[in-house]
Amino acid sequence: MTTEHQTLALILFSLFIAVTLGITTWVSRNRHGSAEEFYAGGRLFSPLENGFAIAGDYMSAASFLGISGLIALFGYDGLLYSVGFLVAWLVVLFLVAELVRNCGRFTLADVVAARMSERPVRIAAGISSVTVSVLYLVAQMVGAGSLVGLLLGDSGTAARTLTVVGVGALMVVYVSFGGMRATTWIQIVKAVLLMGGAITLTVLVLLRFHGNFDQLLTSAAERSGHGARFLSPGLKYGGDWTARFDFMSLGLALVLGTAGLPHILSRFYTVPTARAARRSVVWAIALIGGFYLMTIVLGFGAAALVGPDAVRASNASGNTAVPLLAAFLGGGAGSTGGAVLFAFVAAIAFATILAVVAGITLASSASVAHDLYASLKRRHARQRSEVAVARASAVGIGAAAIALGLLAQDLNVAFLVGLAFAVAASANLPVLMYSLFWRNFTTRGAVWSVYGGLVPAVLLVVLSPVVSGSPESLFPGVDFQYFPLQNPGIISIPLGFLAGWLGTVTSAEEADERRHAETEVRALTGAGAV
Amino acid sequence: MDKHEGRDAGTIRLNDPWYDALAVGWGEGQGEAAAPPHPAPGGRRAPGASDIYLEVQRSAAFQEVRSRYRRFVVPATAGFFLWYVAYVVAATTAPGVMARPVIGAVNVALLAGLGQFLSTFLLTWAYARHARLRRDRAALDLRWTVFEQERGQERSRSREAGR
Repeated sequence: MTTEHQTLALILFSLFIAVTLGITTWVSRNRHGSAEEFYAGGRLFSPLENGFAIAGDYMSAASFLGISGLIALFGYDGLLYSVGFLVAWLVVLFLVAELVRNCGRFTLADVVAARMSERPVRIAAGISSVTVSVLYLVAQMVGAGSLVGLLLGDSGTAARTLTVVGVGALMVVYVSFGGMRATTWIQIVKAVLLMGGAITLTVLVLLRFHGNFDQLLTSAAERSGHGARFLSPGLKYGGDWTARFDFMSLGLALVLGTAGLPHILSRFYTVPTARAARRSVVWAIALIGGFYLMTIVLGFGAAALVGPDAVRASNASGNTAVPLLAAFLGGGAGSTGGAVLFAFVAAIAFATILAVVAGITLASSASVAHDLYASLKRRHARQRSEVAVARASAVGIGAAAIALGLLAQDLNVAFLVGLAFAVAASANLPVLMYSLFWRNFTTRGAVWSVYGGLVPAVLLVVLSPVVSGSPESLFPGVDFQYFPLQNPGIISIPLGFLAGWLGTVTSAEEADERRHAETEVRALTGAGAV
Repeated sequence: MDKHEGRDAGTIRLNDPWYDALAVGWGEGQGEAAAPPHPAPGGRRAPGASDIYLEVQRSAAFQEVRSRYRRFVVPATAGFFLWYVAYVVAATTAPGVMARPVIGAVNVALLAGLGQFLSTFLLTWAYARHARLRRDRAALDLRWTVFEQERGQERSRSREAGR
C-alpha cells in the first residue's frame, strides 16, 4: 500500500463527507429541533429513500469486507453467513415493520409500554436496547481501527487510535447536530456508493471469466488448494460437534436478531405510514439480497484471481480480500488503475463504517433519552428538552464507544456482531412478539422476558471460550470457561421466550383486554398512528 | 389520508392513553404544554376512547383483516423458518449430501443457498402483493372508522361541557 493509495483514499473519503454534509445542511434548513425531527427525521422520507437508508444501516463493513473475505478463504462456509443475514429480513417484513410503525413513536419500548405499566417495561427495554447498541457499536469501532490499519498501510497503533477517535468524533458531530435527517442521508449516500462499488467489481470479475460462472467456481476451487471441498460446506464449521452447534447457534441468532436491532426498528418511524414502511423493507430486501449475491461473486473471484494465500498473507481473517481484488482488477498493484480502484473501495469501507456507527449512536441515544432518562428522572427535576438530553447522550455514547473500541482493539469483530445479534434476538424479539400477538401478555411477562433473555445471553458469553480458557480468548491467562459455544443464541433465545411465558402465567395481574384490543387494532389498521 | 395533523390530532391525544406522559416528547414546549396531568401508570382511565377499539376489534370487518393477515403470515413464516433451519442443519451435519455435484461445478449446497435467496425474494413479492390487494383498503376503512368515532365522541363531550 503506497502513499499514493492513501492520498487517493483520503481525498475520496473527504469528498464523501463533504457531499453528505452539503446534503444534510441543505435538507435540514428551516427545521426546528423537535423530538419528531431529531429521532424520526420528521417522518417524511419516501419508501425508496428509507429502503436505501435501511440497506445502508444494515450492511456494515463486516458484510462488505468480512463475508467476501470468508468466502475467499473458506469457500462455501462464508456464504452461510449471507443467507442468514438476508432471510432475517422476512421476519422483519412479515411480523415487525408495519406493526411497529403503527404502534410506536420512536423506540422499541414505545410498542411494549403501550400495553403495560409504563416504568418497569420502559426501563427493561431501554437497558437491553442500549446493551445491543453498545456491543454493535464497539464492533464497528474495532472494525474501523483494524480496517484502517490494513488499508492505509502499517503505520502502527498511532494511526489506529487516531482513526477510532476520528470516526467517533465525526459520528458524534453528525448525530448530535443533524439527528435522524443527517443520519439517513449519510446512509443513503453510502448505500448508493456501496452498491455502485459492488456492481463495478462484480462486472469486472465476470468479464474476466467471460460471464461464465461455472468457470469462476472451478478456478476458485483449483486455486484454493481444497478442490471440490471449497464449494461445499465444512471447511470452517465442519470440525467437531461443538463447532457445528456453534454455527447452528449463530445461524439462529442471525435470522432472529435483525428484527430486534434498535437501529433497524427506529428506521421504520422515518416514513409516514405502515404501507411506506412495508415498501421500504421491500426495497431494502432487494438491495441487500442483490448485494449479498454480488459478494458471492466477489469472494470466489478473490479466491480465483488473487488466491487465498495472498489474501491470508495480507490479513489472517480475510478482511482485505475485496480491496486486493480491486487492485488486481484495476491492473495490478503498481498501476494507476489498481490504485484508483483500491482507493475507491477503501473510501467506501470508511463511509460504510461511519454510516452504520451514526445509525446505532442515534438509536441508542433515543433509548437513553426517551426510555431511560424519561423513566428514571426525578419527578420534579428541572424540565430539560428531550432532544437536548438525546444530543448529550449521543456525545456520551460516542465517547464510551471510542474508549471501548480502543480497549478492545484486538477483539474479533465477527464475534461482537454475532453477540449483538444474539442479545437482540434473546432480549428484544420475544417481548416484541408477545406484545404484538399475545392477548394475555402482562407487565411481569414483559419484564421477565427482557431480563430472561438478556442476562443468560451476556452470562453465557462471559463463561464461554471467548472470554477465558483458550489462547485466543480475551483473558487467556485465566480459566472460568463453563459453556463450550461462542454464540449463546441457541440457549438464550428460547430462554427469553420461556421467561416471558412464565412471567405471564404466574402474574397476579390480569391482562388488560382493552389495551390489547387497542394494540391489535392500531397495529393492523394504523388507526391513531403518528 | 395518511397523516392527520393539527387540531384533530391534538384533541385525540388529550384523551388518549396511548400517548402517555412518557411517550409524548416531554419538554418539547410546543403543543404538548396543554396536556392534562396523566393518571398513574397502569391505572384505569375514563371509558370512551378504548371502547371504540374494543368495538372495532369485535367487528366483522376487523376480524376479516386480521384473519387475512394471519392466514398469509403464519404459514409463510413457518415455511421459510423451517426451510432455513433445514438448510443450516443440512450444511453443518450432512456436508456429504450437500457436496453432491449437479451441473458442472455447481453442487447441491450452492443450489440450496441460491434457493434461499430465491425463496426470500419470492416471499417478499408475494407478501407485498397480498397486503396491497387484500388488506390495505380494508385497513384504511377501519382507520377512518376509528377516526370518525373518536371525533364524534370528542364533539359530544365538548357539547356536554359547554352546556
